[in-house]
Amino acid sequence: MSVLLAQQLVCEKSDRQLFSDINIELSSGQLLYVTGENGAGKTSLLRILVGLSAPATGKVHINGFDIHKDMPSASQGLLYFGHKQGISQLLSALENLQFWCQQHDVKATEEAINGVLAELGLTGLEDIAVKNLSAGQQRRVALAKLWLQQDASLWVLDEPFTALDVHLIAELEAKITLFLKSGGTVVMTSHQKLSIDYPISNLHLDYSW
Amino acid sequence: MVALKSVFLKDLALAYRQRAELMQPLMFFVLVITLFPLAIGPSPETLQRIGGGVIWVAAILSLLLGMERMFRDDFADGSLEQYMLSPTPLYMIVVVKVFTHWLMHIVPLFLISPLLALFLHLTFDMYVALMLTLLLGTPLISFVGAIGVALTVGLHRGGVLLALLLIPIFIPLLIFATSAIESASMLLPYHPQLAIIAALLLFSVALSPMAIAYSLKVSQN
Repeated sequence: MSVLLAQQLVCEKSDRQLFSDINIELSSGQLLYVTGENGAGKTSLLRILVGLSAPATGKVHINGFDIHKDMPSASQGLLYFGHKQGISQLLSALENLQFWCQQHDVKATEEAINGVLAELGLTGLEDIAVKNLSAGQQRRVALAKLWLQQDASLWVLDEPFTALDVHLIAELEAKITLFLKSGGTVVMTSHQKLSIDYPISNLHLDYSW
Repeated sequence: MVALKSVFLKDLALAYRQRAELMQPLMFFVLVITLFPLAIGPSPETLQRIGGGVIWVAAILSLLLGMERMFRDDFADGSLEQYMLSPTPLYMIVVVKVFTHWLMHIVPLFLISPLLALFLHLTFDMYVALMLTLLLGTPLISFVGAIGVALTVGLHRGGVLLALLLIPIFIPLLIFATSAIESASMLLPYHPQLAIIAALLLFSVALSPMAIAYSLKVSQN
């Protein structure tokens, strides 16, 4: 069974057709790299794939469930990392991740979360309100979710390398490769060249007006 | 259940860290009610006659003032997207969020209301009626108001639009609540008014979570 199946997707915004007739079928262990210039519809496509936006026409199934009709079932095992990071500025990194784990049924102890934060270079910053961290550090806190959700089957990552330093980009690429090798499926966009030692399927979206 | 508890605890933690913002509606409520006796004079009869209505109007306006915050931060920082993608249905999450918001805004209002009732020379019977109508009516405001908040969460400066959308909806509630307090002032039974407000509350608790969840999805789209 396909992990992600999208059929005949059409996206329209403000009377403009961003893309049409997009068909995607991804099985376990596949990586889809979506490219295109600004405004081509990469983020819109990703949001449609995870059910946050509705397509003009077309259907999306994740693990056999229609994401737009049965979101709680379809989003089991789905991890979406979008432009908005999904972390509260007033809470600390540790609190944010604890609340996120509880909301997504991820079993992770405080020690495990602190361990992931240490791995991402945030030792000593666990209890500081996120608003007091730099943009890159805030991004790391949000990315910690990739390390914590062990049972995910699909990652949808919208420009995950933004605001990260070279060292962490390499670490994230290694993490993505490891996830793919363990049978995970990834859909991602990025304006950077991807240095992953793994077969990559490419979907290019053309900007049209 | 763990997920819903964490939404509740997260909202409590966030409210605590934004205490100043939480105080604004309460201060507005207190200021309106303390200014009224100064403006219309200290006559107990006049104050008693308008007291219930003044407290209710101030309560509605102060609740509206704080209502905009209900989903604003979650929408801005992407927490709302994560709620939508969690295994817990969104309508259950919004019930917890609306309840927490009501708790944060109404409990202080309840605590301060005996003092304000004294300012307006309310009798004990009127005070009891006021408390009962507030207890049943304010969650109704929160649940129905949350639909409007969810619809306008993506708009910048949606506060005025929100007030224009919601105030007409609250007029029946205002009429029944003030009527109950007036009946209490004449030592008449006011159970029918309370029953109608309770029915409206149950109706809104049953249906509004779906409407709020749908509105949030529309706003995200």
